[in-house]
This record gives sequence, C-alpha cells and structure tokens, in this order.
Amino acid sequence: MPEILALTAFLEASVRLGTPLALAALGETVTERSGVINIGLEGSIIAGALGSALGAIATGSPLAGLLAGVVSGTAVAACFALFAVVLRTDQIITGTAVTLGGLGFTGAVYQARFGTTGTALSLPTLDAVSFPGVARIPVVGSAFFSQPITVYLAYLLAPALWYVLFRTPWGLSLRAVGENPDAADAAGVSVVRTRLHATLVGGALAGLAGAHLTLAHTGTFSEGMSAGRGFIAIAVVVLGRWNPLWVLVAGLLFGTASALQFFLQTLGLDLPYQLFLALPYALTLAALAGWVGRARAPAALARSWPPQQ
Amino acid sequence: MRARPFIAIMGNPWVSGATALALTGLVAAASLWLGGFDPLAAFASLVRGSLGSPGAFLSITLVRAVPLILTGLAVGVAFRAGVWNIGAEGQLYAGAVAAVWAGLHFGTLPAALLVPLVLCASALGGVIWILVPAFLRIRMGVGEVITTILMNFLGIHLAAWMVRGPLQEPRGIFPQTESIPLSAQLPVLFPGTRLHLGFPLAMGLAVLAWGFYRWTVAGFRASAVGASEEVARVAGAMDVNRVLTGTFLASGALAGLAGGVEVAGVTFALYEGLSPGWGYTAIAVALLAGLHPLGIVGAGVLFGALEGGAGAMQRNAGIPSAWVSAVEAMVILSLLAVGVASRSRTAGPPTTANESGGIVAGTGGSDEDPGHA
Repeated sequence: MPEILALTAFLEASVRLGTPLALAALGETVTERSGVINIGLEGSIIAGALGSALGAIATGSPLAGLLAGVVSGTAVAACFALFAVVLRTDQIITGTAVTLGGLGFTGAVYQARFGTTGTALSLPTLDAVSFPGVARIPVVGSAFFSQPITVYLAYLLAPALWYVLFRTPWGLSLRAVGENPDAADAAGVSVVRTRLHATLVGGALAGLAGAHLTLAHTGTFSEGMSAGRGFIAIAVVVLGRWNPLWVLVAGLLFGTASALQFFLQTLGLDLPYQLFLALPYALTLAALAGWVGRARAPAALARSWPPQQ
Repeated sequence: MRARPFIAIMGNPWVSGATALALTGLVAAASLWLGGFDPLAAFASLVRGSLGSPGAFLSITLVRAVPLILTGLAVGVAFRAGVWNIGAEGQLYAGAVAAVWAGLHFGTLPAALLVPLVLCASALGGVIWILVPAFLRIRMGVGEVITTILMNFLGIHLAAWMVRGPLQEPRGIFPQTESIPLSAQLPVLFPGTRLHLGFPLAMGLAVLAWGFYRWTVAGFRASAVGASEEVARVAGAMDVNRVLTGTFLASGALAGLAGGVEVAGVTFALYEGLSPGWGYTAIAVALLAGLHPLGIVGAGVLFGALEGGAGAMQRNAGIPSAWVSAVEAMVILSLLAVGVASRSRTAGPPTTANESGGIVAGTGGSDEDPGHA
C-alpha cells in the first residue's frame, strides 16, 4: 500500500514538474515554427515567476498573479523580438543576452524589494482543482486530474495549438514563414509581423510557466528559480519534434525524470538518480541524431529575414 | 555561414566596443537611478571593490578573470570558425571533474608532474564533452547550438553525481569531493594574494591563439571557414571538416581547462554550482572582444572586475549584486545595437543572398531554400 501511495505521489510530482516545461515548450514550438529560436526563454520564465509573485502580493489574488506572470513573460519576449526579429540581430546571441539579463534583472528587483536575507516569500497559491469522477480513478486520477489550473491549461493548449498550427490559415502562414520566408513573403504574408506574434505567444506561455513555478509549485520566489528550464524547454521542443501534442508528452517525460529522484528516495533505493535526470537529454540527442526517428527543424530556423547581405 | 553577418556587424572592434560600453554605462546608470539608487556611488564602490587596492585587483578581479578568459577563448576560437559552442559551461564541469579525479588518483606524484597532469586531464575532459556535438555536426549535419546546450545539462548532472557518488568526500556527508593534495594545486604568484599560476597560463594561451590566427595557415583557414563555410568548401583549398574538427577540440579543451584551473587554483575541490554561469558569460566576453584573443584577456579582466566588485557594491552602496548580470546583458545588447546602427549606415537594399546554416537542420548549403539557387 505505501508503494501505491508513493506511486501516486510520483505521478503527481511528474505532472507538476513537467507542466512548466510543457507550457514553455508549447510556446517555443509556435515561435520556432515561425523560424525564430528564442534562447531567451529562460528570461521570460524567470520574469513570469517574479511578475506573478509581485502581482499576487499586490492584489492578493493568485489569478491576477497568473495574468501578471503572462504579461511579464511577454514583455521580455518583446525585448528579444525587438532585437532579433525587427532589428534582425543574431538570434542565438540575442537570446543569450536576454537570458542573462532576465536572470540578473529579476534577481536585482527581488533583492531590492525583499532584501538579501533570503527570508522565504509566502504567496497566495493556486489550489488544486479536482475533476469530479476522473479524479477518483485509483493512482492516476489524482495525479492527472487533481492539479492546479495551469496543468489543465497545458492539457488544453497542446491540442489547441496543434489545431491552430496545422488546421488554420494563420498556422499555415506561420509554418510557411518558418520553412521558406521568401515564398511566404511573395505570397503576401508579413514575415516580420508573423514572427513577432509567434515570439510573443512563446513569451506569454513561458511567463505562464514561470507563474506555475511560483503560484502552483513552490508558493514562493527565489533568485534563479527557473533553474535552466528555458533551455530544457528548447530540448523538449526537439524531442516533441515541433508538434504540440508530442511536445506535451515530451514535457511530461522530462518532468517524470526529475520526479524519479524523489520516488527512488521514498522507496529507499540508493540509485544514482542523476543518471535518470540525464536520460531525457540523452534521448533528445538521440532524436537529433535520427536514432529514434528523425527530428527535423523548420528549415529557416534561426535565420534572419530579410537576410543580411 | 552564420558567423559572417556577425563578423560584418563588428566593424572596427575598438570603436564598436567602446561605443557599446558607453551605451551600457548610460543605460545601467539610468536603470539604477530609476530604481532609486545613486549611480555614482554604485560606480565608485564597484571600482573600489575591484581595482581600489592591489589586494582587490590581484585577489578578486584577476582571480575572477581567469575562468572568464579561458572560457572566453573557448567561445572566441569556436565562433571565429563558425562553430556555435554554447556548451562551455558543460565542458568546464567535465574539465573540473577530470581535474579532481586526476588530482586525487595520482596524488602521490610530485607537483612538477601532477600539476601538468591535472591540467591536461581537465582539457581532455572538455574535449570528451564536445565530442558528441562535434560528431553530430561534422558527420550527421546536426547543428551544435542545441546539442552543446544539452551537453551543458549532462555536464552539470555529471558533477552532481560525482560529488554524491564516486568522488564524494570519504565521510560521505557533504556533496563535495575531498580537496586535491597541495602537490596538485597551482602555485600562488605573489605571497599574500590568491592570484595563481592560472592567470599567466590564460594570458599565454591568448597570445598563442593570437599568433595562430596572425601567422599560421591553419589560423587563416579557421577564419576562412568562419567567414563562409560554403566558399571555403567550394574553393577546395582546404579540408573544411578537418578545420571544424580542430576548432571543436580546441574549444572544448580551453573550456575544460577553465574548470581544471579553477579547481587547481581556487576551490581545490569539486562541488555543485562551481561555476556561476561562466560558460554563458564567456559569450559576452568573446563578443565584447570582437573575438580577438588578446581582446578577450581585456574583456575577461573587465568582467572579472564587474563580478568581483559586485559584492563590495552590494555592501557599500546597497545595489543588489544580481544587477551585474543585467549589466553583462546590456553589454551584449549594446554591441548588437551598435552593429545594427553601423549596418544601416552602410547597407544597400536587402538582397536575397541567403545567410544559410540552419542551426538544427544542417550546416552546409544542402538545406538552402530552393528559391535561392
């Protein structure tokens, strides 16, 4: 029986840890499908985390905090897009700068506002919402259907974004911009505007991921709490082969790998859990190499448009 | 290739570097002022803390500059040849693991043998860590940006595993390794300071790299491949894959060495969080230097002063130390903005010449859009 409880807790942790990765990766999928790789995602996530914390404190409402997180993540992505999409600077270098700046700036604002003593901030948090019926299914029910609202948003966004990307005219032009911007331009699609929108969508979802970290996962903010999730999300996109449905699965898989360490400890197994943490990265490398099905990136990914001579 | 537009935007590195630094200073001061801080007091305490006394300069600024110079060289060497190594962080950790292992395993050797052995081991560790991305790019056409980022996480997890598993200190309490013996540690240059042999070593390597690009055929080839891999391939006068292989290996070795030098010169043991993101800051260092090896020494010292003085700035002027990372980001964005400004002054109408080189899908001209033939 304790094993069953541990298993439920393990699955619950997998979903909770996988959700921010899935949310950020879903946004990045849209961005990358338009031919923009946003390595500054980490900056959007940490800004979303701090923004949601400040918003929740100011209003006392976790939902308002969520919204503030989305706005903050979008604002950081707007900064990235100004340089990389509008001014056509190198996407990799710009993204690195935005990540550095996001981490530094949020850390500075946090220290200036709450001091450097590190007293934990206590925030109004998002409660778990149980779906009547399905939440009662043994073991998996509460793991998947008794979770904060951000988790359900990830479930909903994956099919919604799949539909938008593959079944709507907007999605078609967005993918055209990511595959062949010249052809899209010739067909009358505004490449810059499409990429701008795609990047902002990515930032909004990364902000949501950050808000999940503070309001649904930890209930507090700490410096650098995004802990590389922006980069992990980029790996998740690759493993999910730029398809929102698979990206959700890949995000949960990465979450499972990090939840495994707690599970193994609960079971008293003394296995080197870092090996399990490393597993999804190895899998992503294998996917890139084509050993577990070829992962093919949008053809114009990371290329400025119009190209510089 | 992808490095071409980037080198083009640099223009005169002295002018763009100085303009970008001035721009950074303005934006940084404005952001402090908006945040209710005194920019002048901040600047004064930053300078006092990093350059104000010989002790501060030698023991704080220069010690901090060593890993930045070495990882900066790793990034600079790679970028010059159009290799997008974003993985210096993971290579640094792999180097640190290898250095500690060598220092502990061969601890009975005399210092004259052990110190070079430790440093070579760290370089080898960095090389091993870049082999997978190098193989994937050169043999399979998989771009290195994402693969090197992935290897960063594997390197960090490797270190986390080592300090809790195979290399944990004998009592098994703390997640760190035992200290390497004195005979494995880098000697201090001036008694009473913390400045160690790693600094002249980093300087020497920078001079070596400078001479390599200045005077050797191989250096010219590396720069040519960076300027345009396609042209280099078509011209046929060189084996592009060989140049790329050499670049990957040298870059990995330099970043690994940064980890080894930090362990052998400063911490003497391995623990999690050894690097506060030097592998990423290195990108700013290399860019500010315009990828010039000697410039990287200067940029490394500047960033060393910035990070070294952050503590004093926090104590004396109440400025949050994390703000320094934001300033580093401002340096990069200012450089990019200066590049855009100089481009728009000189550029003609946009052409359809493709800058090519998808970062994931491929490296050569093979994935060109058909419209560009």
